[in-house]
Amino acid sequence: MTAKAMRNPVDFSQFPDSIGHFGRYGGRFVAETLMEALHELNEAWRNCRNDPEFLAELDADLAHYVGRPSPLYHAERWSRQLGGAQIYLKREDLNHTGAHKINNTVGQALLAKRMGKTRLIAETGAGQHGVASATVAARLGMECVVYMGAEDIQRQALNVYRMRLLGATVQPVTSGSRTLKDALNEALRDWVANVDNTFYMIGTVAGPHPYPLMVREFQAVIGREAREQMLTEHHTLPDALVACVGGGSNAIGLFHPFLNDNEVVMYGVEAAGSGIETGRHAATLCAGRPGVLHGNRTYLLNDDHGQIIETHSISAGLDYPGVGPEHAWLKDIGRVHYVAITDEEALRAFHELTLTEGIIPALESSHALAYVTKLAPTLRPDQSIVINLSGRGDKDINTIATLEGIQL
Amino acid sequence: MNRITRCFQELRRTGRKALIPYITAGDPRPDQTVPMLHALVAAGADIVELGVPFSDPMADGPVIQKACERALMQGMTLRGVLDLVREFRQTDTETPLVLMGYLNPIESLGYEVFVAGTREAGVDGVLTVDLPPEEAAELAKLLIAADIDPIFLLAPTSTAERVRGTAEWARGYLYYVSLKGVTGSAAINVTEVAEKLAMIRTCTDLPLGVGFGIKDPPTAATIAQVADAVVVGSALVSKMAELTEEPERMRQEVAGLLAAMRRAMASSQ
Repeated sequence: MTAKAMRNPVDFSQFPDSIGHFGRYGGRFVAETLMEALHELNEAWRNCRNDPEFLAELDADLAHYVGRPSPLYHAERWSRQLGGAQIYLKREDLNHTGAHKINNTVGQALLAKRMGKTRLIAETGAGQHGVASATVAARLGMECVVYMGAEDIQRQALNVYRMRLLGATVQPVTSGSRTLKDALNEALRDWVANVDNTFYMIGTVAGPHPYPLMVREFQAVIGREAREQMLTEHHTLPDALVACVGGGSNAIGLFHPFLNDNEVVMYGVEAAGSGIETGRHAATLCAGRPGVLHGNRTYLLNDDHGQIIETHSISAGLDYPGVGPEHAWLKDIGRVHYVAITDEEALRAFHELTLTEGIIPALESSHALAYVTKLAPTLRPDQSIVINLSGRGDKDINTIATLEGIQL
Repeated sequence: MNRITRCFQELRRTGRKALIPYITAGDPRPDQTVPMLHALVAAGADIVELGVPFSDPMADGPVIQKACERALMQGMTLRGVLDLVREFRQTDTETPLVLMGYLNPIESLGYEVFVAGTREAGVDGVLTVDLPPEEAAELAKLLIAADIDPIFLLAPTSTAERVRGTAEWARGYLYYVSLKGVTGSAAINVTEVAEKLAMIRTCTDLPLGVGFGIKDPPTAATIAQVADAVVVGSALVSKMAELTEEPERMRQEVAGLLAAMRRAMASSQ
């Protein structure tokens, strides 16, 4: 056994197990009414994931519809300014619809088509996954219903309108806290009742098996490209990877192809909101504890009695009280470090990148950027960091203007 | 032998079917739950199902969701539910009582603490909606060791193989969800239910309860002809929701609906 293998005997490609477990996390915690649907989905997915025809169709869509591969951009000016490691941005913000979410919906839509489903449903928080779902539904001529918390509908009027332009029905969810977690509950209820013709597109690496695995596989194109781009363009692996974590799909997409590269250090950045000590945050891995929600065992933000609590982040895409089960496991085994960034730090990084590099990042991605402003100066200029710039900030302009007292 | 098994033996001996009402603990107020349970027993309940409120009841329709919200607003917790069971047992030591809820509050309390608490309080069965048999071994073993029945759901989509797998862990009775949907959904197809129950009976000898979508006495009577137990929840809880300000009348009307179901079941048997 090599020294490297002894340090890290886990082969990450072997997880999850056949029923979706990452160590003690993941699994399939749903009512019996959904088990057969999950079984059917899992079978369809297993048949497709190594089918050359399916993969060729997916690759073609990713190239010509999404616009892949996305560039790996060397942020030279910002690197110099921070005075440490070289910073590379994986430009998922340049994808069609403006974020990494489309990688997953394009894949799931192809699967839905193969399964003969005619109706797509999705949950959305900020609306990015909803828009990405409505987009692929329009392209395939499928009916699309997007569940969205009534609170979020008010906060994200622009994306609601985009979804409607794309022909989707946006269904307001008024139960519970009227946010993303409740939208997920409602989508699951819809799926149970309409399982014969309906495909449920979950937008992140959470939910019951096979979703955490399937969404990871669709998003891993990010890390595969980034790894190859580093090796061919810079002849080395990066020293560190940084990505924001809400449910965790963009982070796992970047991290997963590097997990067996023991020398690459990884940081998942959660939303500390007003500060973890204030209780107003969404830092599930940093401040939560294991439990069961939305079909999987993972870290959760819940009260002493096991009731899920409301989260807060300036970035709606990170505002979720759970997290993908693979992240929970990667935290416990120490392979990925999870840290948290406050609203204020994220906003500072948002402005910094915009002014230094001429790139307006999404508020979600700004959390990753903010952590890099701390990490980069601790590294040498011959070292490198790859950040997943998971989305562009156009959708957040109203939020930021309002915070700064500007009426648009 | 626990109360549930005894109950079904007695029913079988007398040729009757079980009527199982469901209410959410703490809805509309914690102090009204135990009087309501007693009223349901007086109206003809053979077993009572007491819902443990959860913030994210993903298998429930709007009626039970709102009941959960009302109960949580009143500060209801799993420990609080066990207190209510203890109070119920002060005057009723006979009627089997089943807790129905979601896994996270149980995980939060810890399996061993939960099982010890349910046993001490006088719970006879535990139905954890989002705990399918694949994930249930750890909790089911502890429950069975404490002589508490793990109750499992079966669905229209459950294959014979799944029914057999479920029956390995199930005790007391199996709860067949009569339609594709959440609690409180619309029409129930009796012919389909009968066919499915016949298939399930080839896989297990456990009594079969049917629920989800039983709204009125005629449906209860029809289902009772093919099932061993009729479970009614949303129909009772929605009546409670209409009368939250009049606890006395609420109890009378909810008990009245249950009694009408009992009568309809009796006359059709």
